[in-house]
Amino acid sequence: MERNTMKYKVKQYLMFAGVSTVLFCAVVILPFIYGLYLTFTSWDGVSKEKPFVGLANYIATFQDAAYWQALGRTLIYSVIAVILVNVVAFFLAYLLTSGIKGQNFFRAGFFVPNLIGGIVLGYVWKFVFNRAFVALGKSLSVGALSTSWLATTNGAMACLIIVSVWQYAGYMMLIYVAGFMSVSKSLMEAAQIDGCTKTQATLNVTIPLMRSSFVQCLFLTITRCFMVYDVNLSLTKGEPFNSSVMAAMHVYNQAFSYKNYGTGQAEALVLFVVCAIVGVTQVYIGKKGEVAA
Amino acid sequence: MDENKKAAQKKKVTHFITMAVLVILFLAFIFPFIMVIINAFKTKGDITADPLALIGSHGFILTNFTDAMKKMNFATSFTNSLMITTISTIFTILLSAMTAFVIVRNKWKACGLLFSLMIASMVIPFQVLMIPLVSLYGGIFGVLNSRITLILMHIGFSLSMATFMFHGAIHTSIPLELEEAALIDGCTRWQTYWKIVFPLLKPTIATVAIIDAMAFWNDYLLPSLVLGRKELYTLPIATQAFYGTYSTDLGLVMAALLLAMLPILVLYLFLQRYIVEGVTSGAVKG
Repeated sequence: MERNTMKYKVKQYLMFAGVSTVLFCAVVILPFIYGLYLTFTSWDGVSKEKPFVGLANYIATFQDAAYWQALGRTLIYSVIAVILVNVVAFFLAYLLTSGIKGQNFFRAGFFVPNLIGGIVLGYVWKFVFNRAFVALGKSLSVGALSTSWLATTNGAMACLIIVSVWQYAGYMMLIYVAGFMSVSKSLMEAAQIDGCTKTQATLNVTIPLMRSSFVQCLFLTITRCFMVYDVNLSLTKGEPFNSSVMAAMHVYNQAFSYKNYGTGQAEALVLFVVCAIVGVTQVYIGKKGEVAA
Repeated sequence: MDENKKAAQKKKVTHFITMAVLVILFLAFIFPFIMVIINAFKTKGDITADPLALIGSHGFILTNFTDAMKKMNFATSFTNSLMITTISTIFTILLSAMTAFVIVRNKWKACGLLFSLMIASMVIPFQVLMIPLVSLYGGIFGVLNSRITLILMHIGFSLSMATFMFHGAIHTSIPLELEEAALIDGCTRWQTYWKIVFPLLKPTIATVAIIDAMAFWNDYLLPSLVLGRKELYTLPIATQAFYGTYSTDLGLVMAALLLAMLPILVLYLFLQRYIVEGVTSGAVKG
């Protein structure tokens, strides 16, 4: 048979997947490997030479106090944002699957922030925090609102969390809505006939069956929050006094502003490993206890 | 009967409360957008005086838009964004569907290796690749500052996810018998793919198109690293550059932000159902 010859196979492969393979390797695989090499060099971004420095970049990473601060900050931000995003999203999905009038309109409406890029969203909210809330605070004479939250350390962090919740809740809501719809109505009814109240039925029947939705939403929000950059850049730019620099922004600055490419890449790798460990552990624990109807 | 009436009343009350909660949340959700819209039509002075007023004391003005359009090179960056998004999306779909086809239908080692590499690469965040990407393609090959480079990179980054989705679609919903029939009738593999398989993939094509087009349109970090010259800027970079220069001129900023959001919001108005469906099914499969 012609179809078993090596020549046929190679021709077929190149015809269908040749371009993809080249592009994928050029953009993902090659930079990944080259990135590993970069962590052992000290490169300033300009010179032709990349002197080999061994583990110096990793040592620098572990000694870089600002990096660990940024990482710790990212961790705190992620924990709060992930919890709030999922609580709000689940609550919205719960309300929007109860058969209320106009639920499609609401679903579409809550999703809108996801259509717009983080840069634009950040600037929009910067105006809201700096001007609109301040004006609102003054006219209602609410002390907490009368100065911009973005001007204080904790306030800037709170602003970042608020924007993230606002941005991602609509998206996660859609996944939870899909989860709610996948649990068949008859199970709920059966539970209610057996004497459950609606709340009990939701807690004991629907939510356990939606476990995969939770795993998925948590994974998506964890990875996104860990890698937050666009909103961080446009909303706070690290201000005030670099107190809101998240890990991804620190990596960016380390490489492209301070020209420490090697150290920047080593820090990026550490960030990736931390994020991957958290994400994978979450999925592993989540999947382990999955139940089927 | 009384019991029934009570139950009905109770239902009405919960219904009312749910509706009220939803409306309040919804208003809170669109509050930032409303702020941008009302302030885009005011002068700088009016915004500083009262950002919450519907119309400023200088009345309803449109000059912010004309000024912002000129100053952020709106026409150029809009065209750039549109071109880059469209071309990248089309090629991502064509290439990833073809790749998924050859992977699903053959048990060759090369296919298995490629697919495993693609799956594994989906966990790598862009931040890990950006520094080597810049040093490779900027420092060594010197191909940055080109729209074509950006398009190729967009495609390269989105291939794995798209291939994964097409892989699932071909695996579950395209019967092998259809292809065998076409082969017996004299089609080559290539013809079978384009005439039988690809047209059947329409739902997945729509999903991938929506997810990737939105990601390309809104992407900031990659384009900002690749495109360094003003005439190549996409909308997000143009917005960022504009904000850097004119951040104190609030009226202009509001108009620019509204302009940057408008294209995708208008599109959403028409394609809302498909976008919501596409994003949901994409997320659930991914």
